[in-house]
Amino acid sequence: MIRIRNVSHHIGPAPILHDISLDIPKGGITALIGPNGAGKSTLLSLIARLAVLRQGEIHIDAMKIGEVSDRELARHLAIMAQSTHVSARLRVEELVGFGRYPWHRGRPGPGDRAIVESAIERFGLGPMRHRFLDEISGGQRQRAFVAMAFAQDTDYLLLDEPLNNLDIAGARSLMRLLRQMADEDGKTVVIVLHDINYAARFADRIVALHEGRVAANGAAREVVTDALLRDVFGTDAKVSLHDGHPVVLV
Amino acid sequence: MLGPLAVLSLFIGAVPVTLGDVLHDPEGQRLLLVSRIPRTLAAILAGAALAVSGQIMQILARNRFVEPISAGAGQSAAMGVLIATLLFPATAIWAKMSIAALTTLIGSVGLLMILRPLPPTQPLLVPLVALIYGGLIEGLVTFFAFQTDMLQFVGTWLTGELSGVLAGRYELLWLAGLAAAACWLIADRLTVMSLGEDAARGLGLNTKVVTGAGLVAVSITTAMVVVTLGAIPFVGLIVPNIVARRMGDNLRRAIPVTALSGALLVLAADILGRVLRAPYEIPVSTLVGVAGAAIFLVLLYRERSHG
Repeated sequence: MIRIRNVSHHIGPAPILHDISLDIPKGGITALIGPNGAGKSTLLSLIARLAVLRQGEIHIDAMKIGEVSDRELARHLAIMAQSTHVSARLRVEELVGFGRYPWHRGRPGPGDRAIVESAIERFGLGPMRHRFLDEISGGQRQRAFVAMAFAQDTDYLLLDEPLNNLDIAGARSLMRLLRQMADEDGKTVVIVLHDINYAARFADRIVALHEGRVAANGAAREVVTDALLRDVFGTDAKVSLHDGHPVVLV
Repeated sequence: MLGPLAVLSLFIGAVPVTLGDVLHDPEGQRLLLVSRIPRTLAAILAGAALAVSGQIMQILARNRFVEPISAGAGQSAAMGVLIATLLFPATAIWAKMSIAALTTLIGSVGLLMILRPLPPTQPLLVPLVALIYGGLIEGLVTFFAFQTDMLQFVGTWLTGELSGVLAGRYELLWLAGLAAAACWLIADRLTVMSLGEDAARGLGLNTKVVTGAGLVAVSITTAMVVVTLGAIPFVGLIVPNIVARRMGDNLRRAIPVTALSGALLVLAADILGRVLRAPYEIPVSTLVGVAGAAIFLVLLYRERSHG
């Protein structure tokens, strides 16, 4: 479980998060949604210790952020940052291979290679495994980065807007893969999503942030409502139910 | 290719030496041992070390268009020897070297601090600022040298050439080679660094330690080369760029190729410098500089068209 207690955060003089307390249970997919500037990405990078936590406490299982070493945490939690623009010219299989770095620290064994192989196969990267990252499409690159996080083989997987740059087919197949990782491998996926419909369709729980506070937290049907769209997102779009999932009519 | 070139380098120079001389003439043997072999080794070591240190610097600065020699580290090394020579003229050579390595480290840290806030969306800003920074330090060095009547000495550090290499006067370059080899040992960590600060920390890498280790390696190689031979620009720039284009940035595979190519480039330039105007010599830094500037322009334009 990820336990967040009384977390506040400023970037310069600008307050980003106000006294957030939140539990993200183990297992399943939790989506963080909210308008631009709500603090979703900041909260994610605080959980992943990429931003320095100054006020409040975050625990991941028994590990306390700020006390646990980067190295130890890297075996329990993987984060895929928002920008996957990397200037390094690496091949797809090399990138996925570096997901194993926290485990082998530079000396991959047969076990590491097997996991990399399965990641490459699972994410359909076989045909492009020898190509450089700057030679494949944005969607393929995105998939390669998720495969790398998968190869890191952590209980927790944090993703910051992984659907950027993806067309509808790419976005749906990526969400299905994440669903599979949650259902079959028992991983805990925390994902920042821009598109509420993807969150409502694929996530088990939705946390809506608004101006640095938790505005709603619960199952998609409880959270995604006309009221949420009006109060949090400031728009009068309507929500309809389809197969039991709420759908925002845009 | 390095082998035949190295052999060629042994037999080319103002004083002709043939294989027969080496076998029978003690004078020929002496020339080979005192001058030609050290000179060839110096070119190989310096070329390899400069190319690798350029590759490391490019990772630390997150930009493909910087290299230590022109970006302040080379000039800081010259500053270091100048300070050492002025303040402690009697100290041993290794002490002067240490001072030079230290000022180089300070100069490199300063460079990274200046480069960090630059927007990543403007990649050409980085080499520009780096060049200005290097020029600034060079200006300072020249000013102090002028004030203290040391301009001639400074000239030998700012222009790299190998005609002065003799046995007993190049051995510190082995240190530079060693520092470059040490980079290969932490090649995986450096490659993880090149994924970006956040991704590297996400993988559990201690980015501060790796940055520090990289800076120390760059400083040692730069200082040793500048003090022994003088500054040789562009090797650290063009070699890593060409290697990256061809085989990517996985440093475990790339560093040996970079080292070899750097050695080849400097050795070839030195041989050419001995031949072109024989019996006079053209400094290796001049030749590499002319060729390097042209190749650099081509690389810049190609990178832009890649978007």
